[in-house]
Amino acid sequence: MNREKTRMRVIKDWVFVAVVVTLSFLAIVPLVLILSYIVKNGLSSLTWEFLVELPRPVGEKGGGVANAIVGSFLLVIIASLPAIPLGVSAGIYLSEREGGRLSFLTRLAVEVLHGTPSIVIGIIAYLWLVIRMGRFSALSGGIALGIMMLPVIVRTTEETLKLIPDSLKEASLALGVPYHRTILKVILPAGLGGIMTGVLISVARIAGETAPLLFTAFGNPFMTWNIIKPVNALPLVIYNYATSPYPEWHAIAWGASCVLVGLVLALNLTARIIARRWEVKF
Amino acid sequence: MGSKVLRTENLSAYFRDNRVVNRVSLSIPENMVTTIMGPSGCGKTTLIRCFNRIHELIPGARVEGRVFLRDEDVYATDPMIIRRRIGMVFQRPNPFPTMSIYDNVIAGYRLNGIKLGHGERDAMVEESLKKAALWDEVKDHLNRKGTFLSGGQQQRLCIARALAMNPDILLLDEPTSALDPKATARVEQLVEELKKTVTLILVTHNVAQAGRVSDFTAFLYLGELIEYGPTEQLHTAPKDTRTEEFLTGKFG
Repeated sequence: MNREKTRMRVIKDWVFVAVVVTLSFLAIVPLVLILSYIVKNGLSSLTWEFLVELPRPVGEKGGGVANAIVGSFLLVIIASLPAIPLGVSAGIYLSEREGGRLSFLTRLAVEVLHGTPSIVIGIIAYLWLVIRMGRFSALSGGIALGIMMLPVIVRTTEETLKLIPDSLKEASLALGVPYHRTILKVILPAGLGGIMTGVLISVARIAGETAPLLFTAFGNPFMTWNIIKPVNALPLVIYNYATSPYPEWHAIAWGASCVLVGLVLALNLTARIIARRWEVKF
Repeated sequence: MGSKVLRTENLSAYFRDNRVVNRVSLSIPENMVTTIMGPSGCGKTTLIRCFNRIHELIPGARVEGRVFLRDEDVYATDPMIIRRRIGMVFQRPNPFPTMSIYDNVIAGYRLNGIKLGHGERDAMVEESLKKAALWDEVKDHLNRKGTFLSGGQQQRLCIARALAMNPDILLLDEPTSALDPKATARVEQLVEELKKTVTLILVTHNVAQAGRVSDFTAFLYLGELIEYGPTEQLHTAPKDTRTEEFLTGKFG
């Protein structure tokens, strides 16, 4: 009787483990399929020229996406410059103040912003910036993307800082260190790894955004570093070239997908490594 | 009995409407060890957290009555100044996790933006670690993170960090409650040493510890100061029955 019960338990345990392992493998399958498909189609166009040359007119073979890489880089910088300080400050505020009307409103705003479709943010940027400035520009695109980064940074900062034990803050305050210095020199450094991870993940999130760029950064076949001119971006290249009727352009779209996916993967991996390396033990 | 370094007058402490310390008046003698003992939840920790104005940092917390550091009204002075003169060691060791052992010791200066010369810094680190009886164990790896040390060593590092500020008083809030017996013995031995140069106020719920290390003992029960006097007298001939019951283990 007893032995039989034990046998049943062992079998149940075994079945459970088998199911969990199978399902975890199944969860990886889509990622592997997508990645291998992109690499298979994109690898052939991935050459050094592809990364450093400008696109060529229809019909001509070759050409690259250097302008889109530069454009994506510009957009990320423009987005990060306001989003990182704003997001980190809001995150600090929220972690320091659990209750209160302002933190309630801020938290609500962050939540809503997080759920706002990217195309809506693009339209807002179009109405507020593009129409007023009278032109498409990297600036308007960058700001639209910055708005999308904001909630991710606020949330990760808040969550990271909340994990830091209060005893650390008390240790600093008990040494006669003023509150603002305690936050800047004790709490922030202790959470730096987590905050950096959040920033990188938010960059990874916006690097692939297309919708808000359609009517802000717009796209540009030429190279430009001018932030008040339209710029190209990797997702825009993919969108425009993949929907074109020319097979050479399709190849470029695959190549650009490869670059973009590689970039996003690298960002996520770096975020992981930073999170592990800079992990602070309390 | 020497001069009094800290004095409270009708000190009460609240969490919102909940009074946890009730009209405590007591005087702490200089360069002695005074223990505040009592059962868990009797307000011991809250009481000493009023001395260095840490209690008021908790939302909803409030203090009534007065505290004097020598002749200075603690609640009429800048709390930053008070906290630099009254050091504190907490229940759980809390070295700064991002800093090396070296930087942890002089954290009070670095975080306050007080500039020290290079030689001055080295001397202070060595002196403070020696006072905290940690120097021999860590002198060869001062650049390691403080959190790599064992719990007992971390607690002594926190003591060194507090001592580096040259405080008048060192508050020890159950400093051994997270330590094993051996590390506890080290800290207790250290307390003996330290009273030559600094006034110590030790919170404990451990009767034996109070008896071992302190010159004066205050017994706190339900936020009230029941009895206060020389440790030997309080332990051998308590005046209040509640003190006696606590000492003999009837409650607490």
